[in-house]
Amino acid sequence: MSDDEKFDAIIIGAGPAGAACAYLLAKAGKSVILIERGSTAGEKNVTGGRLYTYALELVEPGLYQQAPLQRKVIREQIVMMSQHSAMTMDYVDYDFGAEVPQSFTVLRATFDEWFAAQAEEQGAMLAIGILVEDLIEERGRIIGVRAGDDEIYANVVIAADGVNSFIAQKAGLRGDITADSVGVCAKEVIELPPEVIEARFNLAADEGVARVMSGGTDGVPGGAFLYTNKDSISLGVVVNPVEAAQQGKKVQEMLQDLKMHPVVYPFIKEGTTVEYGAHLVSELGINAMPKKLYRDGLLLIGDAAGFVINTGTMVRGIDLAIVSGVAAARAVLANEGSTNVGTAYLKELEDLALLPTMRLYAKWHDIVGNPRMAATYPNMMNEMIKNMFFVDGKLPKRIDKAMLSIVRKHVSIGQLAADGWKGFRAI
Amino acid sequence: MTVKKLSPEELLGLNKFAVDEAEPHIVLDKAICAKCAEKPCLVVCPAVLYSLKDNEMNFDYAGCLECGTCRVVCKNKGIIKWNYPRGPFGVAFRCG
Repeated sequence: MSDDEKFDAIIIGAGPAGAACAYLLAKAGKSVILIERGSTAGEKNVTGGRLYTYALELVEPGLYQQAPLQRKVIREQIVMMSQHSAMTMDYVDYDFGAEVPQSFTVLRATFDEWFAAQAEEQGAMLAIGILVEDLIEERGRIIGVRAGDDEIYANVVIAADGVNSFIAQKAGLRGDITADSVGVCAKEVIELPPEVIEARFNLAADEGVARVMSGGTDGVPGGAFLYTNKDSISLGVVVNPVEAAQQGKKVQEMLQDLKMHPVVYPFIKEGTTVEYGAHLVSELGINAMPKKLYRDGLLLIGDAAGFVINTGTMVRGIDLAIVSGVAAARAVLANEGSTNVGTAYLKELEDLALLPTMRLYAKWHDIVGNPRMAATYPNMMNEMIKNMFFVDGKLPKRIDKAMLSIVRKHVSIGQLAADGWKGFRAI
Repeated sequence: MTVKKLSPEELLGLNKFAVDEAEPHIVLDKAICAKCAEKPCLVVCPAVLYSLKDNEMNFDYAGCLECGTCRVVCKNKGIIKWNYPRGPFGVAFRCG
């Protein structure tokens, strides 16, 4: 590549954030290079996970209908697990999903490759197998990137390089991510015939389940997830790495134990694990976002900007990545040649409800990250439920006394009140 | 096949890797690691690639899943270099 070649935009990372941004910029006639370190877009990515389709509608109405999505989520399940029992809350909405908004389970290798190809079709140049190593700066403005011996220049550089965003660090927009701000995820993809998945989860063809689980992480703060794909199940754990290290509990072993748990095993038995993946997940929402999301000539989008929300019942990241890619593209298009792209980007993030949503959930980590959510409360809940169903012919305890004694066994009343108050305040 | 507990080696054996034999993307200073009391990397690496042999820290970058967990938990900075593998080396997820 010659030194004098200059693009309207360089986008680092061909995940959903980068692809969405590239798609819109290229569609508007801009010269865009989308640089990806994998040999295909998507081969470096791991998700739980699911995609909320409203986000793709912002890129192009109807685009989601062509996307290689897995199953439409019609069942949401929350599971509180103790060692040999589980309390499952199973919400089914058969109306949900006929039209946007809806959500689908997704596998990133196929989805990202497709999405990047859509951006290419709009005219973006997809450069694969290239690791961007550094930014090129001139008089305080980012003017390009360096990859090996190549230098590439552009009016604006957009960093979509994921949770470990070295580009954001090199630009001085954030320090190194800290261990207490992330969860480490380990995940298996377990293949099963579609009809077996449908029978086990009570699904019609193409319907899917999203399940979040607490108590399946051997007492380490965090949680577990299960998503049904077309012919596989994504099963994983996400835990706080600091706590895991302190307790000496290996992430990989937690996942192996989870597979054997009586509330998980019947759903995956006779399946074949075909892939093992790991990834970091931003856990603190807006609290761990970079203080600034841009500087002159550079914007941060997607995971690089820390756009992840975990409410305990749902985890959002891919949709926020796409929305931020849209916001960046709109800001760039409306401010050509100006130095106001950064502030315009922030305004788009406000208008598209991304930053307001991040702010709304600012304190939810107080609930989700409460260490007692990993064992104490799931165990307590299971014992209370057991009490409601248990019959042995003896005179039962009065229900109020029975419940109170179970609560007291697991947690002090003061602690329960404190957690409840903290939880209430967080909402 | 039925689902069973799998060892780290079995799990990594399912994945596709293009190992960059010429250039490790993660490099340790074993002298620093020897002095590190906590050694969280031994526990948190999802690929279980850190191991102690005769009290010496060993690391095999070939099976790295590129998650970055070791980097964020490394307290005493025994990891003196942590980059992503050069394109297009490293793990290639077929499902993701």
